Amino acid sequence: MGMLKPKFWDYYDVAAGPYKHLFNFRRIWKWAVLLTAGVSLLPLISITLIDYDFTQRAIESEIMLRTSRLVSNTRRSISFFLAERKSALNFIDHENTFEELNDHIRLGEIMVNLKNAFGGFVDLGVIDSSGTQRTYVGPYKLEGKDYSNQDWFREVVTRGVYISDVFLGFRRVPHLVIAVKHALPNGSFHVLRATLDTDKFNDLLSKLELSGMGDAFIINHEGILQTPSHSHGGVLEKISLPIPEYAPVTQALEEKSSNGAPLVIGYRYIANTPFILMIVEQKKELMKPWHKTRLELLGFLVVSITIILGVILGGATYLVNRVYLADQRRIMTLHEVEYSNKMASIGRLASGVAHEINNPLAIINEKAGLIKDLITFKKNSTKDPKLIGLVDSVLSSVERCGRITKRLLGFVRHMEVSVQPIKLDEIIHDVLGFLDKEAEYRSIAISVEIPNDIPQLESDRGKLQQIFLNVINNAFAAMSDGGHLDITARREDKDFVSATITDNGYGIPEEDLERVFEPFFSTKTKKGGTGLGLSITYGLIQDIGGRISVQSEEGKGTSFIITLPLKMAQKEGSET
Amino acid sequence: MKILLVDDEEDLVSTLAERLSFRGIDADWVTSCEDALKKVETEKYDLAVLDVKIPRISGIELGRRLKEKDPEMGFIFMTGHGSDDDFKAGSAEAGAEYYLVKPVNIELLIEKMKKVLED
Repeated sequence: MGMLKPKFWDYYDVAAGPYKHLFNFRRIWKWAVLLTAGVSLLPLISITLIDYDFTQRAIESEIMLRTSRLVSNTRRSISFFLAERKSALNFIDHENTFEELNDHIRLGEIMVNLKNAFGGFVDLGVIDSSGTQRTYVGPYKLEGKDYSNQDWFREVVTRGVYISDVFLGFRRVPHLVIAVKHALPNGSFHVLRATLDTDKFNDLLSKLELSGMGDAFIINHEGILQTPSHSHGGVLEKISLPIPEYAPVTQALEEKSSNGAPLVIGYRYIANTPFILMIVEQKKELMKPWHKTRLELLGFLVVSITIILGVILGGATYLVNRVYLADQRRIMTLHEVEYSNKMASIGRLASGVAHEINNPLAIINEKAGLIKDLITFKKNSTKDPKLIGLVDSVLSSVERCGRITKRLLGFVRHMEVSVQPIKLDEIIHDVLGFLDKEAEYRSIAISVEIPNDIPQLESDRGKLQQIFLNVINNAFAAMSDGGHLDITARREDKDFVSATITDNGYGIPEEDLERVFEPFFSTKTKKGGTGLGLSITYGLIQDIGGRISVQSEEGKGTSFIITLPLKMAQKEGSET
Repeated sequence: MKILLVDDEEDLVSTLAERLSFRGIDADWVTSCEDALKKVETEKYDLAVLDVKIPRISGIELGRRLKEKDPEMGFIFMTGHGSDDDFKAGSAEAGAEYYLVKPVNIELLIEKMKKVLED
C-alpha cells in the first residue's frame, strides 16, 4: 500500500498561507476523483437501473401477452371442434325427416359417415318430444330409455343445444355428449344426441407447445378436470388451483401455487359450454431468459465501473502528481530567488555601511597618524613610549576595521572577470600550497582525490582560488590540531563538476546551517572571525555561475559542496 | 616632489598634508574641484591624490581635466565612498596599482607615489 501511495499524499505546505486549500493536494485529488466519478458513474448506474427495470417489465408483459394469445388460439380450436360437431348434428337433423332418422339402417349409415368424416363419435340416438329414445346406434342397448326427467334433456328442450361435462361411460372411458333439438313446423320436436370420446379433445391440448413446464387443460365450472393435466390432477379430479373468476374475454394473471411458486395462468370461459380452458406456466421457467440478460447487464455494469474508476484514479493521481511536482519546483525556485534577493540586499546594505564607515575611519587614521608623527618627528617631543604604544594600538585597530570594510566591499564587488581554461586539481594544489605550513604545524592530514576524467574548466582563476582558499581556510579553523581534511571531485552531468571539501571538525548546529552564508554570521567571532569569509565565497561562486551547499553534523564534521559550471556563463554586458 | 591632495573632507586632507610634510613631501590640499582646477593654474604639481567621490564632479573626471591642463601630472585615487561603478571606472582608467581604499596607510601611499613618479 505504501508503494502505491503517491508522493503528494502526505505533503502539507505549512508556508502556504491563507490559500492553503490550493496546496492541499490530497483534497484536490479527492475532489477530482469524486466529481469525475460522480458525473461519469451516476448516469451509467441510472441508465442501467432504468434499463434493468424496463427490460424486466417488458419481459413480464411479453410473457402475459404470449400466454393470453396461446389461450385465445386454443380456445378457438376447441370452440371450432365443438361447433363443427354441433353443426354436423344440426345438418343431419335438418337433412333427414324424423321418420328417416328413426330408420335404424339409415341412422347406422349416418353414424358410419360421421365416424369417417370426424372420428370420435361413439353412439348416436334420436329422442322424441316425450323424452324417449326412439332409435339408437351404438355399443349399448339404450332404445326406449326415458330421458324426460334428466337435466340435460330439459336444457336441450329449452336452449336447443346441449354440451355435457366429461363423464366416464360404462367402459370407464371419458366421454361427452352433444345434443341438438329440431323443432318441427307442427310444434313438435325431436332431439339428436351423440356421444364423443375425448381423445381428439385431449390431442388438441397436448399438441400445444408450452414453455416453462406449462400445462394446458380444460375444467368445468366446478373445477373438475375435463382433460388430463401434468401437475394439477387427473381427469375428473378437482384441480389444486382456485377456479378462475368468470370473464367474457381471455385473461392472464399471476398466481401462487400451493407450494408458493409463482405461476402465470391464462384462462378463457368457452361460451355455451361448461368448459374453462386453462394454461398454467411456471413463471420462474419463463423468466429464465431474463435472468441471463440480467446477469449480462450486471456484468457490464461491474466491468464498466471498474474500468471507469481505474481510469479516474490513475488519471487523477497522475495529474495531481504533476501539479505537485510543478509546485515543488515553484517553491524551490521561489526559495532560491528569495535567498539570492536576501543576499543581494544584505550585500548592498553591507557595502553602504562599509562606505559610510570608511571616511570617518580614514580621518581617525590620519589624526592618530599625525599624533604619532608629532611625537616621532618633533625634535623637542618627549617620545613617551606609552603614548606611542597607545597611538599604535589605535592605528592597528583602524587597520583592522579597514580590513573588515574592504572585505565587505569585496562581498558585492563584481570585478572584471577573465575566463581561462583551468584544471581543478591545479587550483586546489595551488591553494593548498598557501596552507602547507599551517597544516604541517597543526598536523592536519590532507587527502585530495580528483579523478582524471574531470575536464578542464573555463572559469576565472582568481575567483576560484579565492573560493577554495576561503572554504579550506574555514575547514582548517573548524578543526582541532590533528584533524583530517578530504577533498574530492566528481562530474555531476555534462555541464557541471562538483568539489567536496570535508573536514572532521566541530560541525555546524542544524539551526545555523541556513545562515552560514550570511555576512557577519560567525561561530568563531571570539577567535577573530569576521563572519564574512563564507558570504564572500558565496558571492564569488554566484559570480562564476556555480552553487555552494553545506552538510554538517555537530561533532562529526562539515562538507561544503561546490558545484561549478564547466563553461562559465558570461554575464550580460560583459560579453567580449 | 610637490603634490596636490583633493578630498571634500577637510579634516582628512589637512592632516594628511601635515603628515606628508613631516616626511619631507610638499603637499597642498583643496576640498573642491573648482579649487583644484584653480590651484593648478598657479602651481606646478608632480602628482595629485584624488578622492573618487567629490561633490559635483567625480574624482575620475577631475583627474581627466587636470590631465588636460598638465599632461605630465601623475594620479593616485582613493575611495571610501565610491560606488562599484566608480571603482570599476577608476580601476580601468587609473589602473588598480594607483588605486587605494580608505583608510590609507601613509607608508603605502608614499610607496605608491614614488612608483607613479618613476613611471
